[in-house]
Amino acid sequence: MTTVDTGARQASQPSADEPLRIRTVTPEDVLTLVGAAIGALGLDWLVYERLLPWTGALGFWVCWYALFALFYVAAATMRWNRLVVRDKTVAVLVSTGGVFATAVVVDQIGYSFVKSLSAIVHPNFWTSTMVSTGFLQPLSSGGMAHAAVGSLEQLGIATLLAVPLGITAAVFLAEVGGALARPVRTIVNAMTALPSIIAGLLIYALVVLSFGLGKCGLAAAMAISIVMLPTVIRAGEVVLRVVPGTLREASFALGASHWRTVWKVILPTARSGLATAVVLAMARGIGETAPVLLVAGYSNSMNVNAFSGWQATLPTFIFNNVYVYGEYPEYVERAFGAGFALMLVVVVLFSIARILGGKRPGELSKRQLRRLRREAQQS
Amino acid sequence: MAVALTSARPAPADDDVPRTIVSRPSRGDLIFRTVLRLAGLSSFAITGLILVFLIIRSTWAFRTDGLSFFTKQNWIFVGNDFGIGGVLPDTLIIGVIASIVGIPLALATAIFISEYAPARLRRTLIAVIDLMAAIPSIIYGVWGRFFLMPRAIGVMSWLADHLSWFPPLKVTIEYTPSTFVGSPLLAGLVVSLMIIPIVTSLSREVFSQAPQGEREAAYALGSTRWGMVRTVVIPFGRGGAVGACMLGIGRALGETIAVLLVVSAIFKVNWHIAQSGGNSIAALIAGEWSSASANQLSALMAAGLVLFAITIVVNSLAAIIIGRSRSGAATAD
Repeated sequence: MTTVDTGARQASQPSADEPLRIRTVTPEDVLTLVGAAIGALGLDWLVYERLLPWTGALGFWVCWYALFALFYVAAATMRWNRLVVRDKTVAVLVSTGGVFATAVVVDQIGYSFVKSLSAIVHPNFWTSTMVSTGFLQPLSSGGMAHAAVGSLEQLGIATLLAVPLGITAAVFLAEVGGALARPVRTIVNAMTALPSIIAGLLIYALVVLSFGLGKCGLAAAMAISIVMLPTVIRAGEVVLRVVPGTLREASFALGASHWRTVWKVILPTARSGLATAVVLAMARGIGETAPVLLVAGYSNSMNVNAFSGWQATLPTFIFNNVYVYGEYPEYVERAFGAGFALMLVVVVLFSIARILGGKRPGELSKRQLRRLRREAQQS
Repeated sequence: MAVALTSARPAPADDDVPRTIVSRPSRGDLIFRTVLRLAGLSSFAITGLILVFLIIRSTWAFRTDGLSFFTKQNWIFVGNDFGIGGVLPDTLIIGVIASIVGIPLALATAIFISEYAPARLRRTLIAVIDLMAAIPSIIYGVWGRFFLMPRAIGVMSWLADHLSWFPPLKVTIEYTPSTFVGSPLLAGLVVSLMIIPIVTSLSREVFSQAPQGEREAAYALGSTRWGMVRTVVIPFGRGGAVGACMLGIGRALGETIAVLLVVSAIFKVNWHIAQSGGNSIAALIAGEWSSASANQLSALMAAGLVLFAITIVVNSLAAIIIGRSRSGAATAD
């Protein structure tokens, strides 16, 4: 229930034209919450420590949460009617569930970050490869440079393969449409949820075996591009639809052909949105482990040639270190360090996507607006 | 001019019939449209290639085993005793556990972010959840292996002790330090944390698109916030949320690395989810890949074909449900 809290000011200055401050959280709400929490804590200590035979911090807090929910419902029932009690209980449960889930997910990232600190402070971690590092050597030897190079090369080739095709297909869905568009859209949605390992199986069967290329970075890049393609198409189509129809019609009215309209008017208008779509697909592509594992092999040394020879990438580096060498703590720490590098790339790509995507089509940046204003003043 | 307007024949003066308009695009436009159509068909081509090549490469396995590929629970190639009869139910077990744990939490988080969170916190949370959805799954898998696994053993032994009347949670083998280590329950927990960001971000988008007018109408009729959510937001977003859940389930079934890192791989069915031993088709493929002979490769391709079929079925169901619902139809076309 919302409560209008007008404050003491209103009574003393009845003529002041100030907006009312409407507060939806009253002191009663807060006190009920806090009281239930403290009461549950006390009862939990009594019951858990003294009565029940179980031990451990996790059980303590689980019991506390259950008791807190009970106490809160009881306290709320004493004050408010049934509807309000139901509303507040759901609010508390949903809020705690939401905060808990978010906290756990953030904690995963935080844990990985903290565990990576011991490895990433060594400069050799960023510049050398694992070719001359033995099993028990400390973190001051060996690094993931070969994995980073492999990742970037494969991502680059995959982007070159997926983006033109993806944007062309997105233009098809947005511009041509028609009877063919619905099945294509269905298939693209299905491909979005395809397990990436199946893309790896296809590339292995097609490229590695039938074409005879053998396991190489190019094959992995092709598998990654299959995974990236649906993302580019879907996000690209959404962006192209937002372009105002009046622009297209104006271009037709001036006598332009369809492809000229698309090339000169629609694509430049949607440029920032398409860039966002591409960057999001890249963030997805760089993290792919399973297909790369299948078709690129693994290597400890630097392989800059993506067209022949096995290549390591950051995800396969992490996987190899954990799966094969998981008992050696240095390898695990190197894996976490590579995880940090991977997360760094994803966060950077994501931030670029948000910066690029913030602008609506045709919207000018502050610098462009300033320049226009200056030019208008001068003329 | 790109478009020429002609009429088929002049309409008689007393007939109020619309003209037939014939538009003849220029040659450049015809080529352009054909190129676009080919690009659109490329998605069909890729899916078709997947189907064709998986079938070709898996013929040996299906010819040797026939339908018993789906019932045998072993992976021995001397004597051709191999089949996914155990791995397939194990995959579904992990998927079900991940869904049961992850989907309620994800939907609660989505409702929290879109309805209950204060405005400033909402923007941060949306950015955080979207970022979490983009973090590669290998990082979640490594977290599950090194953080969750040691700590979850206490919880799981408690569950096995006190909930052993519930058959799936009973532990039938001896209690050793490694009894609970590679269990499907643990793998399901890790995968559930992986599907929470995706389901949350998709559901939140759908819930936040519930029409403002209907929300205000609910308040005007005197409902509480939960009443408004229950009667306006959830019915509106139901289709989109169900679609998001099915995407999450599909992701849980196809998750490779997290399962591979956490679970102790077996080839038989393990209904006692708290004890060690489980698998999933994707983890089987990835795990057995490097040591696979040509015949084993064929069997792995056959398993991949089965996984592909399952994924297609789940996603088609999701597409149908989304397409039929109000929220899905609003966001689809």
